[in-house]
Amino acid sequence: MFPTPIQKRSAVAQTVYKVALPVALIVWLLPLIAVALTSVRSAGDITAGNYWGWPSSFNLLENYTAIFQQTPIGQYILNSFKVTIPTVIGAVAISCMSGFALAVYKFKGNLLLFFMFIAGNFVPFQILMVPVRDLTLDLGMYNTWYGLALFHIAFQAGFCTLFMRNFIKALPFELIEAARVEGISEIRIFWFVVLPLMKPALAALSVLIFTFIWNDYFWATVLTQGADQQPITAGLYSLNGQWVAAWHLVSAGSIVAALPPVLMFFLMQRHFIAGLTLGAVK
Amino acid sequence: MTAPIVPDTHPPLRRSWWKENQQRLAPWLFLAPGIFMFAVYVIIPIFQSINISFYDWDGLGERTWVGADNYVELMDDEAFYTSLKNNVIWLVLYMLAIPMGLFVALFLNQTVRGIRIYKSLFFFPFVISQVVVGLVFAWFYDPSYGLMNIALGWFGIEPIAVLANEDYVTYGIIAAGLWPQTAYCMILYLTGLNAVDPEQIEAARLDNAKGAKLLWYVILPQLRPATFIAVVVTVIGALRSFDLISIMTDGGPWGSSRVLAFYMYEQAFSEYGFRMGYGAAIAVVLFLIMMVYITGFLWKMYRDEKGY
Repeated sequence: MFPTPIQKRSAVAQTVYKVALPVALIVWLLPLIAVALTSVRSAGDITAGNYWGWPSSFNLLENYTAIFQQTPIGQYILNSFKVTIPTVIGAVAISCMSGFALAVYKFKGNLLLFFMFIAGNFVPFQILMVPVRDLTLDLGMYNTWYGLALFHIAFQAGFCTLFMRNFIKALPFELIEAARVEGISEIRIFWFVVLPLMKPALAALSVLIFTFIWNDYFWATVLTQGADQQPITAGLYSLNGQWVAAWHLVSAGSIVAALPPVLMFFLMQRHFIAGLTLGAVK
Repeated sequence: MTAPIVPDTHPPLRRSWWKENQQRLAPWLFLAPGIFMFAVYVIIPIFQSINISFYDWDGLGERTWVGADNYVELMDDEAFYTSLKNNVIWLVLYMLAIPMGLFVALFLNQTVRGIRIYKSLFFFPFVISQVVVGLVFAWFYDPSYGLMNIALGWFGIEPIAVLANEDYVTYGIIAAGLWPQTAYCMILYLTGLNAVDPEQIEAARLDNAKGAKLLWYVILPQLRPATFIAVVVTVIGALRSFDLISIMTDGGPWGSSRVLAFYMYEQAFSEYGFRMGYGAAIAVVLFLIMMVYITGFLWKMYRDEKGY
Protein backbone atom coordinates (compact mmCIF):
# COMPACT_ATOMS: atom_id res chain seq x y z
CA MET A 1 0.00 0.00 0.00
CA PHE A 2 1.10 3.53 -0.70
CA PRO A 3 1.59 5.71 1.20
CA THR A 4 2.92 3.70 4.15
CA PRO A 5 0.03 2.61 6.38
CA ILE A 6 -0.25 4.99 9.28
CA GLN A 7 -0.26 2.07 11.71
CA LYS A 8 3.38 1.42 10.85
CA ARG A 9 4.39 5.01 11.59
CA SER A 10 5.37 6.54 14.91
CA ALA A 11 2.78 7.24 17.58
CA VAL A 12 3.19 10.97 16.96
CA ALA A 13 2.44 10.58 13.28
CA GLN A 14 -0.64 8.55 14.10
CA THR A 15 -1.97 11.20 16.43
CA VAL A 16 -1.26 13.94 13.91
CA TYR A 17 -3.13 12.00 11.27
CA LYS A 18 -6.09 11.42 13.52
CA VAL A 19 -6.36 15.13 14.21
CA ALA A 20 -5.63 16.22 10.65
CA LEU A 21 -8.37 14.06 9.17
CA PRO A 22 -11.41 15.76 10.69
CA VAL A 23 -9.80 19.21 10.45
CA ALA A 24 -9.16 18.73 6.74
CA LEU A 25 -12.70 17.53 6.24
CA ILE A 26 -14.18 20.56 7.97
CA VAL A 27 -12.05 22.92 5.88
CA TRP A 28 -12.96 21.04 2.72
CA LEU A 29 -16.67 21.18 3.42
CA LEU A 30 -16.68 24.61 5.05
CA PRO A 31 -18.74 26.23 2.29
CA LEU A 32 -21.37 23.53 2.65
CA ILE A 33 -21.40 23.62 6.41
CA ALA A 34 -21.95 27.36 6.20
CA VAL A 35 -24.88 26.87 3.86
CA ALA A 36 -26.43 24.24 6.10
CA LEU A 37 -26.08 26.52 9.12
CA THR A 38 -27.45 29.51 7.28
CA SER A 39 -30.47 27.57 6.14
CA VAL A 40 -31.66 27.36 9.76
CA ARG A 41 -30.98 30.97 10.68
CA SER A 42 -33.69 33.52 11.25
CA ALA A 43 -34.27 36.51 9.02
CA GLY A 44 -33.14 38.64 11.95
CA ASP A 45 -29.72 37.01 11.93
CA ILE A 46 -29.37 37.74 8.23
CA THR A 47 -30.22 41.42 8.54
CA ALA A 48 -27.98 41.75 11.59
CA GLY A 49 -25.12 40.29 9.57
CA ASN A 50 -24.75 37.28 11.84
CA TYR A 51 -23.61 34.88 9.14
CA TRP A 52 -20.83 33.04 10.82
CA GLY A 53 -21.61 33.22 14.50
CA TRP A 54 -23.91 30.89 16.39
CA PRO A 55 -27.51 31.23 15.11
CA SER A 56 -29.66 33.27 17.50
CA SER A 57 -32.45 30.76 16.93
CA PHE A 58 -32.90 27.57 14.96
CA ASN A 59 -35.55 28.07 12.31
CA LEU A 60 -35.22 24.75 10.55
CA LEU A 61 -38.92 24.15 10.11
CA GLU A 62 -39.86 27.77 9.48
CA ASN A 63 -37.32 28.28 6.71
CA TYR A 64 -37.93 25.02 4.92
CA THR A 65 -41.69 25.40 5.16
CA ALA A 66 -41.35 28.97 3.93
CA ILE A 67 -39.60 28.03 0.71
CA PHE A 68 -42.20 25.41 -0.08
CA GLN A 69 -45.08 27.76 0.68
CA GLN A 70 -43.80 30.99 -0.80
CA THR A 71 -42.11 29.65 -3.92
CA PRO A 72 -42.82 27.00 -6.54
CA ILE A 73 -39.83 24.96 -5.35
CA GLY A 74 -42.04 21.88 -4.94
CA GLN A 75 -43.04 22.19 -8.58
CA TYR A 76 -39.42 22.60 -9.63
CA ILE A 77 -38.47 19.44 -7.77
CA LEU A 78 -41.35 17.55 -9.34
CA ASN A 79 -40.26 18.77 -12.78
CA SER A 80 -36.74 17.56 -12.09
CA PHE A 81 -38.04 14.09 -11.33
CA LYS A 82 -40.22 14.15 -14.43
CA VAL A 83 -37.18 14.84 -16.57
CA THR A 84 -34.66 12.70 -14.72
CA ILE A 85 -36.47 9.39 -14.29
CA PRO A 86 -37.55 8.87 -17.92
CA THR A 87 -34.06 9.89 -19.02
CA VAL A 88 -32.44 7.28 -16.80
CA ILE A 89 -34.76 4.56 -18.09
CA GLY A 90 -34.52 5.62 -21.73
CA ALA A 91 -30.77 6.14 -21.89
CA VAL A 92 -29.99 2.92 -20.05
CA ALA A 93 -32.40 0.86 -22.19
CA ILE A 94 -31.08 2.22 -25.47
CA SER A 95 -27.46 1.84 -24.49
CA CYS A 96 -27.94 -1.74 -23.26
CA MET A 97 -28.90 -2.65 -26.78
CA SER A 98 -26.33 -0.58 -28.65
CA GLY A 99 -23.61 -1.58 -26.20
CA PHE A 100 -24.54 -5.23 -26.69
CA ALA A 101 -24.43 -4.87 -30.47
CA LEU A 102 -21.04 -3.15 -30.43
CA ALA A 103 -19.50 -5.58 -27.95
CA VAL A 104 -20.72 -8.89 -29.30
CA TYR A 105 -20.84 -8.63 -33.09
CA LYS A 106 -18.07 -8.20 -35.56
CA PHE A 107 -19.28 -6.17 -38.51
CA LYS A 108 -18.03 -3.49 -40.80
CA GLY A 109 -18.21 -0.08 -39.22
CA ASN A 110 -18.40 -1.37 -35.65
CA LEU A 111 -15.43 0.62 -34.40
CA LEU A 112 -16.51 3.64 -36.43
CA LEU A 113 -19.96 3.65 -34.81
CA PHE A 114 -18.41 3.16 -31.40
CA PHE A 115 -16.14 6.14 -31.95
CA MET A 116 -19.09 8.17 -33.14
CA PHE A 117 -20.82 7.59 -29.81
CA ILE A 118 -17.69 8.51 -27.87
CA ALA A 119 -16.92 11.62 -29.89
CA GLY A 120 -20.52 12.82 -29.69
CA ASN A 121 -20.43 12.46 -25.95
CA PHE A 122 -17.58 14.98 -25.74
CA VAL A 123 -18.80 17.71 -28.08
CA PRO A 124 -19.48 21.12 -26.54
CA PHE A 125 -23.18 21.63 -25.84
CA GLN A 126 -23.17 24.95 -27.66
CA ILE A 127 -22.68 23.36 -31.06
CA LEU A 128 -25.95 21.50 -30.54
CA MET A 129 -27.86 24.30 -28.89
CA VAL A 130 -29.47 26.18 -31.78
CA PRO A 131 -30.49 23.16 -33.90
CA VAL A 132 -31.75 21.16 -30.91
CA ARG A 133 -33.83 24.10 -29.74
CA ASP A 134 -35.28 24.49 -33.23
CA LEU A 135 -36.01 20.79 -33.48
CA THR A 136 -37.72 20.79 -30.11
CA LEU A 137 -39.79 23.81 -31.15
CA ASP A 138 -40.74 22.14 -34.43
CA LEU A 139 -41.82 19.00 -32.61
CA GLY A 140 -44.01 21.11 -30.35
CA MET A 141 -42.02 19.96 -27.35
CA TYR A 142 -40.46 23.23 -26.33
CA ASN A 143 -40.99 23.90 -22.64
CA THR A 144 -42.15 20.37 -21.84
CA TRP A 145 -40.48 17.83 -19.61
CA TYR A 146 -40.52 15.21 -22.37
CA GLY A 147 -38.83 17.53 -24.86
CA LEU A 148 -35.99 17.97 -22.40
CA ALA A 149 -35.94 14.28 -21.46
CA LEU A 150 -35.80 13.20 -25.10
CA PHE A 151 -32.72 15.27 -25.74
CA HIS A 152 -31.05 13.99 -22.58
CA ILE A 153 -31.78 10.39 -23.56
CA ALA A 154 -30.17 10.92 -26.95
CA PHE A 155 -27.14 12.73 -25.62
CA GLN A 156 -26.51 10.38 -22.70
CA ALA A 157 -26.76 7.44 -25.11
CA GLY A 158 -23.18 8.32 -26.10
CA PHE A 159 -21.63 7.91 -22.69
CA CYS A 160 -23.90 5.00 -21.76
CA THR A 161 -23.04 3.07 -24.90
CA LEU A 162 -19.33 3.50 -24.22
CA PHE A 163 -19.89 2.24 -20.70
CA MET A 164 -22.10 -0.73 -21.62
CA ARG A 165 -19.98 -1.80 -24.54
CA ASN A 166 -16.85 -1.98 -22.41
CA PHE A 167 -18.72 -3.81 -19.67
CA ILE A 168 -20.16 -6.45 -21.99
CA LYS A 169 -16.84 -6.82 -23.75
CA ALA A 170 -15.34 -7.93 -20.43
CA LEU A 171 -17.95 -10.70 -19.95
CA PRO A 172 -16.92 -14.24 -20.91
CA PHE A 173 -17.72 -14.58 -24.58
CA GLU A 174 -17.96 -18.39 -24.25
CA LEU A 175 -21.40 -17.96 -22.69
CA ILE A 176 -22.73 -16.41 -25.86
CA GLU A 177 -21.05 -18.97 -28.07
CA ALA A 178 -22.45 -21.82 -26.02
CA ALA A 179 -25.93 -20.36 -26.31
CA ARG A 180 -25.53 -20.03 -30.05
CA VAL A 181 -24.51 -23.67 -30.34
CA GLU A 182 -27.72 -24.53 -28.51
CA GLY A 183 -29.59 -22.67 -31.25
CA ILE A 184 -30.85 -19.86 -29.09
CA SER A 185 -31.80 -16.77 -31.05
CA GLU A 186 -29.75 -13.60 -30.73
CA ILE A 187 -32.58 -11.69 -29.13
CA ARG A 188 -33.05 -14.37 -26.49
CA ILE A 189 -29.31 -14.39 -25.88
CA PHE A 190 -29.46 -10.67 -25.20
CA TRP A 191 -32.45 -11.01 -22.91
CA PHE A 192 -31.71 -14.22 -21.04
CA VAL A 193 -27.93 -14.58 -21.13
CA VAL A 194 -26.37 -11.13 -21.23
CA LEU A 195 -28.90 -8.85 -19.53
CA PRO A 196 -28.90 -10.74 -16.19
CA LEU A 197 -25.13 -10.37 -16.06
CA MET A 198 -25.37 -6.62 -16.61
CA LYS A 199 -27.06 -5.80 -13.30
CA PRO A 200 -24.03 -4.07 -11.74
CA ALA A 201 -23.57 -1.96 -14.87
CA LEU A 202 -27.26 -1.08 -14.93
CA ALA A 203 -27.12 0.06 -11.31
CA ALA A 204 -23.93 2.06 -11.78
CA LEU A 205 -25.15 3.77 -14.91
CA SER A 206 -28.55 4.58 -13.43
CA VAL A 207 -27.15 6.45 -10.44
CA LEU A 208 -24.62 8.28 -12.58
CA ILE A 209 -27.17 9.42 -15.13
CA PHE A 210 -29.59 10.38 -12.38
CA THR A 211 -26.98 12.70 -10.90
CA PHE A 212 -25.87 14.13 -14.23
CA ILE A 213 -29.39 14.91 -15.38
CA TRP A 214 -30.59 16.19 -12.03
CA ASN A 215 -27.70 18.63 -11.99
CA ASP A 216 -28.07 19.74 -15.59
CA TYR A 217 -28.54 23.46 -15.84
CA PHE A 218 -27.61 24.42 -19.37
CA TRP A 219 -30.23 22.42 -21.26
CA ALA A 220 -32.86 23.29 -18.71
CA THR A 221 -32.41 26.96 -19.57
CA VAL A 222 -32.27 26.28 -23.32
CA LEU A 223 -35.31 24.03 -23.62
CA THR A 224 -37.64 25.18 -20.85
CA GLN A 225 -38.85 28.38 -19.25
CA GLY A 226 -41.18 29.27 -16.43
CA ALA A 227 -41.87 27.62 -13.11
CA ASP A 228 -44.36 25.06 -14.37
CA GLN A 229 -41.79 23.18 -16.47
CA GLN A 230 -38.30 24.14 -15.34
CA PRO A 231 -36.27 21.76 -13.21
CA ILE A 232 -34.80 22.75 -9.88
CA THR A 233 -31.39 23.88 -11.18
CA ALA A 234 -32.91 26.51 -13.41
CA GLY A 235 -35.50 27.23 -10.74
CA LEU A 236 -32.85 27.91 -8.14
CA TYR A 237 -31.28 30.44 -10.46
CA SER A 238 -34.48 32.43 -10.82
CA LEU A 239 -35.31 32.10 -7.12
CA ASN A 240 -31.87 33.48 -6.35
CA GLY A 241 -32.85 36.56 -8.33
CA GLN A 242 -36.06 36.95 -6.33
CA TRP A 243 -34.58 36.33 -2.92
CA VAL A 244 -32.05 39.10 -2.96
CA ALA A 245 -30.27 39.02 0.38
CA ALA A 246 -32.67 36.42 1.82
CA TRP A 247 -29.72 34.10 2.25
CA HIS A 248 -31.43 31.82 4.71
CA LEU A 249 -33.97 30.98 2.00
CA VAL A 250 -31.38 30.66 -0.77
CA SER A 251 -29.46 28.25 1.45
CA ALA A 252 -32.51 26.19 2.29
CA GLY A 253 -33.36 26.02 -1.41
CA SER A 254 -29.84 24.92 -2.27
CA ILE A 255 -29.97 22.17 0.31
CA VAL A 256 -33.30 20.92 -0.99
CA ALA A 257 -31.97 20.94 -4.57
CA ALA A 258 -28.84 19.05 -3.59
CA LEU A 259 -30.61 16.44 -1.50
CA PRO A 260 -31.85 13.90 -4.09
CA PRO A 261 -28.49 13.29 -5.81
CA VAL A 262 -26.75 13.27 -2.43
CA LEU A 263 -29.15 10.63 -1.11
CA MET A 264 -28.73 8.67 -4.32
CA PHE A 265 -24.99 8.81 -3.90
CA PHE A 266 -25.06 7.60 -0.31
CA LEU A 267 -27.52 4.81 -0.98
CA MET A 268 -25.74 3.54 -4.07
CA GLN A 269 -22.22 4.62 -3.28
CA ARG A 270 -20.45 1.50 -4.43
CA HIS A 271 -22.20 1.52 -7.80
CA PHE A 272 -21.72 5.23 -8.23
CA ILE A 273 -17.98 5.04 -7.76
CA ALA A 274 -17.69 1.91 -9.87
CA GLY A 275 -19.41 3.76 -12.68
CA LEU A 276 -17.40 6.92 -12.35
CA THR A 277 -14.04 5.24 -12.20
CA LEU A 278 -14.61 2.85 -15.04
CA GLY A 279 -11.36 2.83 -16.94
CA ALA A 280 -9.34 4.32 -14.10
CA VAL A 281 -7.93 0.87 -13.49
CA LYS A 282 -6.61 -1.39 -16.18
CA MET B 1 -37.87 -6.04 -30.37
CA THR B 2 -39.63 -7.23 -33.46
CA ALA B 3 -38.37 -9.59 -36.07
CA PRO B 4 -38.42 -8.43 -39.69
CA ILE B 5 -41.93 -8.65 -41.08
CA VAL B 6 -42.31 -11.45 -43.58
CA PRO B 7 -45.69 -12.84 -44.74
CA ASP B 8 -47.06 -15.30 -42.25
CA THR B 9 -48.10 -17.74 -44.96
CA HIS B 10 -44.66 -19.24 -45.11
CA PRO B 11 -43.61 -19.87 -41.54
CA PRO B 12 -40.83 -22.33 -42.42
CA LEU B 13 -39.31 -19.94 -44.92
CA ARG B 14 -39.41 -17.08 -42.44
CA ARG B 15 -37.74 -19.12 -39.77
CA SER B 16 -34.87 -20.28 -41.91
CA TRP B 17 -34.33 -16.87 -43.45
CA TRP B 18 -34.15 -15.23 -40.04
CA LYS B 19 -31.99 -18.04 -38.74
CA GLU B 20 -29.55 -17.71 -41.56
CA ASN B 21 -29.26 -13.97 -41.35
CA GLN B 22 -29.82 -13.16 -37.74
CA GLN B 23 -26.15 -12.88 -36.89
CA ARG B 24 -25.82 -10.26 -39.59
CA LEU B 25 -29.07 -8.43 -38.84
CA ALA B 26 -29.17 -8.57 -35.06
CA PRO B 27 -26.53 -5.87 -34.45
CA TRP B 28 -28.44 -3.40 -36.60
CA LEU B 29 -31.69 -4.18 -34.85
CA PHE B 30 -30.07 -3.54 -31.51
CA LEU B 31 -28.33 -0.41 -32.73
CA ALA B 32 -31.31 1.14 -34.50
CA PRO B 33 -32.79 3.14 -31.59
CA GLY B 34 -29.39 4.33 -30.39
CA ILE B 35 -28.21 5.40 -33.81
CA PHE B 36 -31.51 7.09 -34.58
CA MET B 37 -31.62 9.14 -31.39
CA PHE B 38 -27.96 10.02 -31.52
CA ALA B 39 -28.11 11.03 -35.17
CA VAL B 40 -31.17 13.23 -34.70
CA TYR B 41 -30.04 15.01 -31.56
CA VAL B 42 -26.25 15.02 -31.79
CA ILE B 43 -24.69 14.21 -35.15
CA ILE B 44 -27.01 16.09 -37.49
CA PRO B 45 -27.17 19.21 -35.26
CA ILE B 46 -23.39 19.51 -35.43
CA PHE B 47 -23.58 19.90 -39.21
CA GLN B 48 -26.63 22.14 -38.96
CA SER B 49 -24.71 24.42 -36.62
CA ILE B 50 -21.78 24.59 -39.00
CA ASN B 51 -24.25 25.48 -41.73
CA ILE B 52 -25.99 28.14 -39.63
CA SER B 53 -22.63 29.76 -38.92
CA PHE B 54 -22.57 30.94 -42.55
CA TYR B 55 -25.88 32.77 -42.23
CA ASP B 56 -27.18 35.89 -40.63
CA TRP B 57 -30.24 34.71 -38.73
CA ASP B 58 -32.31 35.94 -35.81
CA GLY B 59 -33.82 32.51 -35.22
CA LEU B 60 -37.26 33.40 -36.57
CA GLY B 61 -37.19 35.24 -39.89
CA GLU B 62 -35.41 34.57 -43.15
CA ARG B 63 -31.82 33.45 -43.14
CA THR B 64 -29.38 35.46 -45.20
CA TRP B 65 -26.27 33.78 -46.55
CA VAL B 66 -23.27 35.79 -45.48
CA GLY B 67 -20.46 33.37 -46.25
CA ALA B 68 -17.56 33.68 -43.84
CA ASP B 69 -18.66 37.10 -42.57
CA ASN B 70 -19.42 35.81 -39.08
CA TYR B 71 -15.91 34.42 -38.79
CA VAL B 72 -14.39 37.61 -40.15
CA GLU B 73 -16.34 39.55 -37.55
CA LEU B 74 -15.03 37.23 -34.83
CA MET B 75 -11.48 38.16 -35.77
CA ASP B 76 -12.19 41.74 -34.78
CA ASP B 77 -14.38 41.05 -31.78
CA GLU B 78 -12.68 41.96 -28.56
CA ALA B 79 -15.23 40.02 -26.51
CA PHE B 80 -14.31 36.93 -28.50
CA TYR B 81 -10.65 37.30 -27.59
CA THR B 82 -11.51 37.87 -23.95
CA SER B 83 -13.54 34.66 -23.99
CA LEU B 84 -10.79 32.75 -25.77
CA LYS B 85 -8.20 34.01 -23.30
CA ASN B 86 -10.40 33.00 -20.40
CA ASN B 87 -10.86 29.56 -21.94
CA VAL B 88 -7.09 29.16 -21.99
CA ILE B 89 -6.86 30.26 -18.35
CA TRP B 90 -9.59 27.76 -17.45
CA LEU B 91 -7.81 24.97 -19.29
CA VAL B 92 -4.48 25.63 -17.63
CA LEU B 93 -5.68 26.24 -14.08
CA TYR B 94 -8.31 23.51 -14.13
CA MET B 95 -5.45 21.05 -14.55
CA LEU B 96 -4.53 21.82 -10.93
CA ALA B 97 -7.43 19.55 -10.00
CA ILE B 98 -5.30 16.57 -11.01
CA PRO B 99 -2.33 17.01 -8.62
CA MET B 100 -4.70 18.30 -5.94
CA GLY B 101 -6.90 15.25 -6.38
CA LEU B 102 -3.86 13.00 -6.18
CA PHE B 103 -2.75 14.75 -3.02
CA VAL B 104 -6.11 14.28 -1.32
CA ALA B 105 -6.25 10.67 -2.47
CA LEU B 106 -2.82 9.97 -0.97
CA PHE B 107 -3.90 11.64 2.24
CA LEU B 108 -7.02 9.47 2.46
CA ASN B 109 -5.52 6.20 1.29
CA GLN B 110 -5.28 4.71 4.77
CA THR B 111 -7.18 2.08 6.65
CA VAL B 112 -8.25 3.78 9.84
CA ARG B 113 -11.65 3.73 11.47
CA GLY B 114 -14.32 5.57 9.55
CA ILE B 115 -12.12 6.27 6.55
CA ARG B 116 -14.85 5.18 4.17
CA ILE B 117 -17.12 7.92 5.45
CA TYR B 118 -14.30 10.43 5.12
CA LYS B 119 -13.75 9.39 1.54
CA SER B 120 -17.39 9.82 0.61
CA LEU B 121 -17.67 13.15 2.40
CA PHE B 122 -14.63 14.42 0.54
CA PHE B 123 -16.33 13.39 -2.66
CA PHE B 124 -19.45 15.34 -1.77
CA PRO B 125 -18.80 18.50 -3.81
CA PHE B 126 -18.91 16.52 -7.03
CA VAL B 127 -22.39 15.16 -6.36
CA ILE B 128 -23.91 18.59 -5.87
CA SER B 129 -25.15 20.65 -8.78
CA GLN B 130 -22.83 23.35 -10.08
CA VAL B 131 -25.68 25.77 -9.55
CA VAL B 132 -25.43 25.12 -5.82
CA VAL B 133 -21.63 25.27 -5.92
CA GLY B 134 -21.86 28.60 -7.71
CA LEU B 135 -24.31 30.05 -5.17
CA VAL B 136 -22.17 28.84 -2.28
CA PHE B 137 -19.01 30.39 -3.65
CA ALA B 138 -20.68 33.64 -4.73
CA TRP B 139 -21.62 33.99 -1.14
CA PHE B 140 -18.21 32.92 0.16
CA TYR B 141 -16.66 35.75 -1.90
CA ASP B 142 -19.19 38.38 -0.88
CA PRO B 143 -17.25 41.54 0.08
CA SER B 144 -19.38 42.55 3.06
CA TYR B 145 -20.10 39.28 4.84
CA GLY B 146 -18.42 36.47 2.85
CA LEU B 147 -16.23 34.15 4.85
CA MET B 148 -13.22 34.79 2.65
CA ASN B 149 -13.22 38.50 3.38
CA ILE B 150 -13.86 37.96 7.06
CA ALA B 151 -10.80 35.70 7.10
CA LEU B 152 -8.78 38.27 5.17
CA GLY B 153 -9.88 40.84 7.72
CA TRP B 154 -8.14 38.88 10.47
CA PHE B 155 -4.87 39.55 8.68
CA GLY B 156 -5.74 43.20 8.22
CA ILE B 157 -6.39 42.87 4.50
CA GLU B 158 -9.10 45.02 2.99
CA PRO B 159 -12.08 43.12 1.58
CA ILE B 160 -11.76 42.12 -2.08
CA ALA B 161 -14.90 41.95 -4.22
CA VAL B 162 -13.59 39.02 -6.21
CA LEU B 163 -16.59 38.66 -8.48
CA ALA B 164 -16.83 42.37 -9.22
CA ASN B 165 -13.17 42.72 -10.12
CA GLU B 166 -12.18 42.26 -13.75
CA ASP B 167 -8.75 40.95 -12.83
CA TYR B 168 -9.83 38.39 -10.26
CA VAL B 169 -13.23 37.25 -11.41
CA THR B 170 -12.16 34.41 -13.70
CA TYR B 171 -9.76 33.05 -11.08
CA GLY B 172 -12.49 33.23 -8.48
CA ILE B 173 -14.85 31.19 -10.62
CA ILE B 174 -12.14 28.67 -11.50
CA ALA B 175 -11.42 28.19 -7.80
CA ALA B 176 -15.08 27.32 -7.32
CA GLY B 177 -14.88 24.88 -10.23
CA LEU B 178 -11.76 23.26 -8.83
CA TRP B 179 -13.64 22.23 -5.73
CA PRO B 180 -15.86 19.55 -7.36
CA GLN B 181 -13.26 18.73 -10.00
CA THR B 182 -10.62 17.94 -7.35
CA ALA B 183 -13.13 15.62 -5.71
CA TYR B 184 -13.62 13.85 -9.02
CA CYS B 185 -9.88 13.40 -9.60
CA MET B 186 -9.51 12.22 -6.00
CA ILE B 187 -11.98 9.40 -6.50
CA LEU B 188 -10.24 8.36 -9.72
CA TYR B 189 -6.90 8.21 -7.92
CA LEU B 190 -8.32 6.41 -4.89
CA THR B 191 -9.58 3.69 -7.19
CA GLY B 192 -6.25 3.66 -9.00
CA LEU B 193 -4.28 3.41 -5.75
CA ASN B 194 -6.38 0.44 -4.73
CA ALA B 195 -5.17 -1.44 -7.77
CA VAL B 196 -1.47 -0.65 -7.41
CA ASP B 197 0.55 -3.85 -7.26
CA PRO B 198 1.66 -4.28 -3.60
CA GLU B 199 4.56 -6.55 -4.54
CA GLN B 200 6.16 -3.85 -6.65
CA ILE B 201 5.93 -1.43 -3.74
CA GLU B 202 7.50 -3.94 -1.37
CA ALA B 203 10.28 -4.63 -3.87
CA ALA B 204 10.92 -0.92 -4.28
CA ARG B 205 10.95 -0.44 -0.51
CA LEU B 206 13.54 -3.19 -0.16
CA ASP B 207 15.64 -1.17 -2.59
CA ASN B 208 15.27 1.72 -0.19
CA ALA B 209 12.97 3.77 -2.36
CA LYS B 210 10.57 5.92 -0.42
CA GLY B 211 8.54 9.09 -0.33
CA ALA B 212 8.53 11.22 -3.44
CA LYS B 213 10.90 8.95 -5.30
CA LEU B 214 8.72 5.90 -4.75
CA LEU B 215 5.69 7.92 -5.81
CA TRP B 216 7.33 9.20 -8.97
CA TYR B 217 9.04 6.05 -10.22
CA VAL B 218 6.80 3.26 -8.97
CA ILE B 219 3.34 4.54 -8.11
CA LEU B 220 2.65 7.16 -10.77
CA PRO B 221 3.46 4.90 -13.72
CA GLN B 222 0.91 2.43 -12.36
CA LEU B 223 -1.63 5.21 -11.97
CA ARG B 224 -1.37 6.12 -15.62
CA PRO B 225 -4.90 4.95 -16.56
CA ALA B 226 -6.36 7.04 -13.74
CA THR B 227 -4.31 10.06 -14.80
CA PHE B 228 -5.46 9.65 -18.36
CA ILE B 229 -9.15 9.65 -17.39
CA ALA B 230 -8.52 12.56 -15.02
CA VAL B 231 -6.95 14.62 -17.83
CA VAL B 232 -9.81 13.80 -20.19
CA VAL B 233 -12.60 14.73 -17.79
CA THR B 234 -10.76 17.85 -16.62
CA VAL B 235 -10.18 19.16 -20.13
CA ILE B 236 -13.78 18.53 -21.07
CA GLY B 237 -14.93 20.11 -17.82
CA ALA B 238 -12.81 23.20 -18.42
CA LEU B 239 -14.08 23.70 -21.95
CA ARG B 240 -17.67 23.08 -20.88
CA SER B 241 -17.54 25.68 -18.10
CA PHE B 242 -20.82 27.48 -18.35
CA ASP B 243 -22.97 26.86 -15.29
CA LEU B 244 -20.68 28.52 -12.77
CA ILE B 245 -20.18 31.61 -14.90
CA SER B 246 -23.89 31.95 -15.52
CA ILE B 247 -24.69 31.60 -11.83
CA MET B 248 -21.87 33.58 -10.29
CA THR B 249 -21.41 36.56 -12.61
CA ASP B 250 -23.49 36.20 -15.77
CA GLY B 251 -20.30 36.89 -17.68
CA GLY B 252 -19.59 40.12 -15.86
CA PRO B 253 -18.27 42.48 -14.77
CA TRP B 254 -18.40 43.99 -18.27
CA GLY B 255 -18.06 40.62 -19.91
CA SER B 256 -14.67 39.96 -18.34
CA SER B 257 -15.52 36.47 -17.09
CA ARG B 258 -17.03 35.16 -20.32
CA VAL B 259 -15.74 32.00 -21.94
CA LEU B 260 -16.60 30.83 -25.43
CA ALA B 261 -19.42 28.60 -24.22
CA PHE B 262 -21.00 31.47 -22.35
CA TYR B 263 -20.41 34.09 -25.04
CA MET B 264 -22.04 31.84 -27.59
CA TYR B 265 -25.15 31.48 -25.45
CA GLU B 266 -25.25 35.21 -24.88
CA GLN B 267 -25.07 35.95 -28.60
CA ALA B 268 -27.56 33.32 -29.63
CA PHE B 269 -30.28 34.22 -27.20
CA SER B 270 -30.29 36.72 -24.45
CA GLU B 271 -31.13 40.32 -24.00
CA TYR B 272 -28.37 41.16 -26.46
CA GLY B 273 -30.51 39.84 -29.28
CA PHE B 274 -30.82 36.61 -31.18
CA ARG B 275 -27.77 36.27 -33.38
CA MET B 276 -27.92 32.58 -34.18
CA GLY B 277 -25.42 32.70 -37.03
CA TYR B 278 -22.81 34.54 -35.04
CA GLY B 279 -23.41 32.32 -32.03
CA ALA B 280 -23.04 29.24 -34.20
CA ALA B 281 -19.71 30.54 -35.49
CA ILE B 282 -18.46 30.85 -31.90
CA ALA B 283 -19.71 27.32 -31.21
CA VAL B 284 -17.83 26.03 -34.23
CA VAL B 285 -14.60 27.54 -32.94
CA LEU B 286 -15.18 25.90 -29.55
CA PHE B 287 -16.03 22.64 -31.29
CA LEU B 288 -12.78 22.72 -33.26
CA ILE B 289 -10.77 23.26 -30.07
CA MET B 290 -12.58 20.33 -28.48
CA MET B 291 -12.02 18.22 -31.59
CA VAL B 292 -8.28 18.34 -30.98
CA TYR B 293 -8.83 16.58 -27.66
CA ILE B 294 -11.50 14.24 -28.97
CA THR B 295 -9.21 13.12 -31.77
CA GLY B 296 -6.41 12.49 -29.32
CA PHE B 297 -8.71 10.47 -27.11
CA LEU B 298 -10.04 8.42 -29.99
CA TRP B 299 -6.50 7.81 -31.23
CA LYS B 300 -5.55 6.35 -27.88
CA MET B 301 -8.71 4.23 -27.76
CA TYR B 302 -7.96 3.00 -31.26
CA ARG B 303 -4.48 1.89 -30.27
CA ASP B 304 -5.86 0.15 -27.17
CA GLU B 305 -8.47 -1.63 -29.26
CA LYS B 306 -5.89 -2.80 -31.73
CA GLY B 307 -3.75 -3.90 -28.81
CA TYR B 308 -0.53 -2.05 -29.52
